This record gives sequence, C-alpha cells and structure tokens, in this order.
Amino acid sequence: MKTILVPVKMVLDSNARPRVRTDESGIDLSGMRMSINPFCEIAVEEALRLKEAGLAEEVVVVSIGPAKAQETLRQALAMGADRATLIEIDETVEPLAVAKLLRAVVGEEQPDLVLLGKQAIDDDCNQTGQMLAALLGWPQATFASAVRFEDGRLLVTREIDAGLQRLSLPLPAVVTTDLRLNEPRHCALPNIMKARKKPLKIGAPADYGVDIGRRLKILAVRPPAGRKSGIRVATASELVGDLRAAGIV
Amino acid sequence: MTTLLIADHDNRMLSDATARALSALGAIDDAVHVLVAGHQAGPVAGQAAKLRGVGRVLLADDEALAHGLAEPVAVLVLSLAGGYRVIAAPATSGGKDVLPRVAALLDVMQVSDVVRVVSPDTFERPVYAGNAVAVVQSTDEKKLLTIRTSAFSAAGVGDVAVPVEEVRVPDGVWQARFDGETLSSSDRPDLASARIVVSGGRALGSAEKFQEVLGPLAERLHAAIGASRAAVDAGYAANDLQVGQTGKVVAPDLYIALGISGAIQHLAGMKDAKVIVAINKDEDAPIFQVADYGIVGDLFEIVPELEKALG
Ligand SMILES: Cc1cc2nc3c(=O)[nH]c(=O)nc-3n(C[C@H](O)[C@H](O)[C@H](O)COP(=O)(O)OP(=O)(O)OC[C@H]3O[C@@H](n4cnc5c(N)ncnc54)[C@H](O)[C@@H]3O)c2cc1C
Repeated sequence: MKTILVPVKMVLDSNARPRVRTDESGIDLSGMRMSINPFCEIAVEEALRLKEAGLAEEVVVVSIGPAKAQETLRQALAMGADRATLIEIDETVEPLAVAKLLRAVVGEEQPDLVLLGKQAIDDDCNQTGQMLAALLGWPQATFASAVRFEDGRLLVTREIDAGLQRLSLPLPAVVTTDLRLNEPRHCALPNIMKARKKPLKIGAPADYGVDIGRRLKILAVRPPAGRKSGIRVATASELVGDLRAAGIV
Repeated sequence: MTTLLIADHDNRMLSDATARALSALGAIDDAVHVLVAGHQAGPVAGQAAKLRGVGRVLLADDEALAHGLAEPVAVLVLSLAGGYRVIAAPATSGGKDVLPRVAALLDVMQVSDVVRVVSPDTFERPVYAGNAVAVVQSTDEKKLLTIRTSAFSAAGVGDVAVPVEEVRVPDGVWQARFDGETLSSSDRPDLASARIVVSGGRALGSAEKFQEVLGPLAERLHAAIGASRAAVDAGYAANDLQVGQTGKVVAPDLYIALGISGAIQHLAGMKDAKVIVAINKDEDAPIFQVADYGIVGDLFEIVPELEKALG
C-alpha cells in the first residue's frame, strides 16, 4: 500500500461527564477536556503498525472540526503519522457531510485504505465509514478486531452480534475499528516535539465544493430519565427475599 | 406512508430484534413491509409473515446474501427504495453495517439508534453514551432509521400470514468476500432479549472463574450472561457478551452486575433495566448509584450464598 488515510475526530474526553445545557440546546463543552475519539486513536495506531511492518509507505490523518482540532491532529502526528489536514469548521458536521468531505480528500490523496473509528463517542452515530465506502463504491469491513494484509488483500476479523466474522477485501477499501483491534501507544515527549514540525495543512469545507448543510434539526437535547436511588441490603438471603417480594424472581 | 424494515436473521430464525423494531415502526405504519435478504431463508420469511403489524414480506434469496454482507444487501435495498418513505433496520451489528451504506447512496442522513418515535419525522436518540437524549427532526424526504431494540417490546405473532413476494438482487460485483466465522454457541438465552442478565467484570480475574461464578447463577435464573469491556478485553468472556456504549444494549427485567465498577460506558448498555442489582466490594463504586439493590462485599462469597438462597 502506498497511502493509508485516517480520519480522526476531536470529542469530549471519555472520562468527562457531559453537562446538558439547561436550555436544552445541547452539551456545554466550554472548559471541558477534549481528546481524540478513542476509536480514531485505535485507527491511527493500526495504520502505523501496517506502516511499521513495511506494508504501507505513508499515514495521512485528516480531521473536520474547529481550530482546536489541530491538537488532535498533532497527537496523531506525535504517534507517528506523516502529514495532517484540518478542514476547519466550528459547527458540528453530520456524518453524511463528513463522508462527502472525506470522499473529496480521498480524491486528492488517492489512498489504498481508509481506516477510521466505528463510531464517535459524542454523537454515537456509527455511520461515517459505511457512508464513505458507499460514496466511493469501495468494499467495507466494519467493527474490525484484527486486520492483516496478505497477497494484496485485507483480511479483516469483525466483531458481530453472534461472534466473529472474517472478510477478505481487495484494495482500495474502508475499514472501521473496534475496541479490541489494538492498544494505542503513548506518545514520548521527543515525538511530541518532532510532531510540531510535521506538515499540517488547513482548509475549509468550501475548498472541497461539498454541501454540508444539516439534514437533521436538533429540537432539544435533554438529560436522560434518572433512576431513583436504591437500597443497600446486607446479605444474599435478604436480597432474594426482596426480589421475591417484588415478584422479580 | 410505506415502511420497509430490513429483517435481522441467520437464515433459519428471525431475530427478536426484528419484532422489536417492528413495534417501534408501528407508530408510523401499521402494515410494514419486511425484507428478508438471505440464502435459503424461506422459513424466516414465513416467520416474518406472521408478525402483527406486517403488511407484506419481501424475500430475496441468493447465495450472495448468505452472510448479509453490506455490498449486496445495500444494492438490493436501494433497488427497492423507490417505493418507501421510511427504511429501517434494527440497530444490530448487521443493521449498523448496512443501513448507512444505503443512506449515503440515497443522499439521506440516517437517524441512528432511535429509542422513541415522536412523529413520522421526529425521533429521540441517545448521545454521549446515553448521558443525553437528542430530539431530532429529519428534513430528508426519506427517513432512514436504525432502531435501538432494547427500547421496544417485541411485536406479537398473529394467526394469519401475509403474502411473501420474491424479489431479485440486482446483478453486481461484490468486492468483499466472506472468509469464515466463529459463532459463539451457547444454550443460554440470548443476551439482547433475555429477561434476566447476569454480568461479570474485571473482578472475576480469569475465564475459568468467570464461568465458575456466573455459569451456575445464570443457569439457576435462566439468565443470559453479559460482561464489561474490561472482562472481554482480558479474555474472560467472548466479545459478543460485552454490554455498553459500544457493545450490546440491554433492558432486561433484572440485571445483576458482579464486580463491575459502573463506568458510564457500561451504564450506557444497561441502565434501562427494570431492576439492577450490584455486588461490589467498593462501597463507592458508581454502579451503586444506579442499583436498586446493592450489596457491598466480596462477590466470590456472596454469589454462592445467593445461589443457596434461591434454592
Ligand atoms: C470508547 C470506550 C468505549 C467503551 N465501551 C465500553 C462498553 O461498551 N462496555 C463496558 O463495559 N465498558 C466500556 N468501556 C470501558 C469502561 O470505561 C470501563 O473501563 C469498563 O467498563 C470497566 O470494566 P469493569 O467494571 O469490569 O472493571 P473495573 O472498572 O476495573 O471494575 C472492577 C470492579 O470490581 C470490583 N471488585 C474487585 N474485586 C471484587 C470482589 N472480589 N468482589 C466484588 N467486587 C470486586 C472493584 O471494586 C471494581 O469496582 C469503554 C471505554 C471507552 C474509552
């Protein structure tokens, strides 16, 4: 493979507790810790492993998001990616529009493989990779827990509801990552310094001639229904007594 | 408004997920068309034809559809799409794989993981691992929806079977090739639809202990077995047992969490259970904040006592 393209998204850190705005307009991200989406980080790691195994020449990362997402790209560069592009936009962009922007990036970069996270942990949509594959007319392997490249084909193990499924794909292809694909590396300080010098190009959605208008109107964002607080019981037999009394067992 | 529901099945049995998605769609359409795409899947079409709320069953039988791969299924659905205002699938691994592919080809922004149908164009869906619920209105002419099945009960079976019509898969070159599968076999009830789920976390310590502790309790309660991500990552349990934001979402009558701390990503998959029981030796574990009944203590001592108390 020559180039692997890895789209990455900046999201609210997975350890942070989202605050729902009282006016129901969305999640208040001000002052919150932002990080690379964990599934995207796994995708970067997998691309780097393919490169380090001599199976790909170059890893290019791309993000669609606000100026601050440069930090997310710098992190991917510090992990070892070669180049980065930010398509800068402050508003949130829906997966369909992201897929269209990525199609345009694929046109420029001509990658053999697009490796991306199966879902972003903010909107939890789980759509972008499949949509991109559709727009490109490429094969897809979603929810990958193992990826090998042999004799010009990708052999992907997928996590499915009933167990594991294995697919073999010709290139070019789209693969989306699941949690167990790998454990991403930590970035050493010298690499973080080096990453500052790696090329990071900044563009705008308009440069790609893509309509990114929203299709879904968000009418409200509310906190979920809470659970009422429960009770502590001292012993197993007390628990069984309570469950029986409530008709649960 | 006509609605097409893509059935989830294994060529022999229609899954419970399909019947649940059907009842979600009942708010939009009382005669949903169900598409069974598979190979030698005639029996599945027969089962779908008897579900209440189905108007017609479309059966596409083709070797290329044997494993539900995204490319042929998407092309098939696309060939039928013209007649439908709503195209939906349960949010199973199959539905999540295929439907966005169809949506992109139709230039529609999909609404994923619908937990409530507010009106034919407005839906509720969880975001941020269930820490918020978004109310979204689709402005696309066609609506493409995946349904979070744990939020709906299964549609019932009626006495009459609606007609089954055969449809053909358009010719095409399918690039991805099926290369085999390793399916978990279990005589336990299915995790996604079980009435009782017993789940284990990192505390179990090994695959042997996981089985030894959870197996008999699940057996006694006729429960399905679930696991936290930590337990799956460590190899104590199979990947298809993971409950959570990125695993399966369950809403059983009773969920028993053994040695699970209650990270938000885990709660995302089980906090809609009717009754939650937590057993954890750390009294400050966040799982206790959602538990109806909590026991602070060592699960290796309490679980055997629990079995004894159940008799
Ligand atoms: C992107 C992303 C997605 C994720 N998706 C999921 C998901 O889908 N599902 C999921 O579960 N997690 C998910 N996680 C992981 C999640 O954040 C937690 O790390 C995980 O749920 C922890 O699993 P655990 O509770 O088994 O382990 P721990 O957090 O280590 O908890 C173990 C618990 O066992 C208790 N314990 C130890 N010994 C005993 C004993 N003898 N008796 C009783 N109690 C004992 C401890 O007090 C502790 O509370 C995700 C994380 C990320 C970043």
